[in-house]
Amino acid sequence: MASETHSGQGSGLEIHPMDQFIVRPVFGDGPVGMFTVTNVTLWMAVSVLAIVLLLIVGTSRRAIVPSRSQSLAELAYGFVYKMIEDVTGKDGLKYFPYIMTLFMFVLFSNVVGLVPTAFTTTSHIAVTGVLAVAVFLAVTILGFVKNGVGFLGLFWVSSAPLVLRPVLALIELISYFVRPVSHSIRLAGNMMAGHAVLKVFAGFAASALIAPFAIGAITAMYALELLVACIQAYVFTILTCVYLKDALHPSH
Amino acid sequence: MASETQAPVSSCVDAGGGAIGMPQLCPDWMGNQIFWLVVTLVVIFLILSKVALPRIAAVLAERQGRITNDIAVAEDLRQKARDAEAAYEKALAEAKAEAGRIVAEAKDEMQAEMDVEIAKADAEIAAQAAESEKKIAEIREGALDAVKDVAMDTVPDIVAAMGGKADAKSVKTAVNERMKG
Repeated sequence: MASETHSGQGSGLEIHPMDQFIVRPVFGDGPVGMFTVTNVTLWMAVSVLAIVLLLIVGTSRRAIVPSRSQSLAELAYGFVYKMIEDVTGKDGLKYFPYIMTLFMFVLFSNVVGLVPTAFTTTSHIAVTGVLAVAVFLAVTILGFVKNGVGFLGLFWVSSAPLVLRPVLALIELISYFVRPVSHSIRLAGNMMAGHAVLKVFAGFAASALIAPFAIGAITAMYALELLVACIQAYVFTILTCVYLKDALHPSH
Repeated sequence: MASETQAPVSSCVDAGGGAIGMPQLCPDWMGNQIFWLVVTLVVIFLILSKVALPRIAAVLAERQGRITNDIAVAEDLRQKARDAEAAYEKALAEAKAEAGRIVAEAKDEMQAEMDVEIAKADAEIAAQAAESEKKIAEIREGALDAVKDVAMDTVPDIVAAMGGKADAKSVKTAVNERMKG
């Protein structure tokens, strides 16, 4: 990134907004292999720990009148459960554990990534891409298993005039295959952009002249990012539900 | 982050430890990320499906059951309260009717007693009145006789004083005639 020079800072501001996304080994300096324990491992483990803390430790008392943490756990449960029920109908509820896994992972990775100096695992295309492709493959296979060839009816818009249907089928087909791309880049892009902007403002804060503005901006951006972290987890999950609905009920 | 001393060995990191381009697009790290992602997802899935979700579902179901049960119990108690109120109302109405009946009975009894007393008193009064009537009649009889006796006694004297002469028989006739008128 370009370094800007400001008065009294000697060599000037050094802003490297992308350095926070570098994958590093936690132990030592060696190269990053397939099974190396890296900051990815560390922060995914932190997410898992946070999930365990909320959903298992938080609900360990199994109280009829819930404590605060149990309320939160029940809220998350009810939120995803109702989302699946609303979007896909009752028959989508068997996939609740899978979708809940996705939601909890994305939500906690996003939120944990906002801890200062944290590594945001969901800001990487490799991670969100795997999630999106997994959803895409699962939904496609499920669609064919459940509906057979009838699943192709998803691309044949029977409500459109006959002449238009082949054209629409082509468009639908393309949009279907673009799904995993938009699904993954939406999440990774949102997370990456927000964290990069935070870093840029943090770099500006090194200059005494604009530090108050930069710190105010960081605060505002941080609040916005917290919102984005939750909204993107929601968006990722509800899109998964929508795709699942297409697989279960392919007719428009 | 620029001052980071440890420089990971990678084609995506420059000599100073800074990122070259977007670290997101670095192929060197993708295998590592995907491997740990899969591990993480499996762990989360197992945690959720084996422990967390059944537990939360059980808690929610138990709460729902408790609420339904409590509502049923409350409904039952309300019905009982209604029954008790109805029984109370019924007892009250019965007591009122009983009280009314007792009052009416007492009234009737008193009326009958009073009637008897009044009849008795009337009879006594009538007897006394008859007695008095008789006495008055007697007195009146007595008075008339006395007047006749006096008249009988005085008439010859008065006739003599007038210079006449009266025999007892004519005097008696005259007095009787006078007394009748």
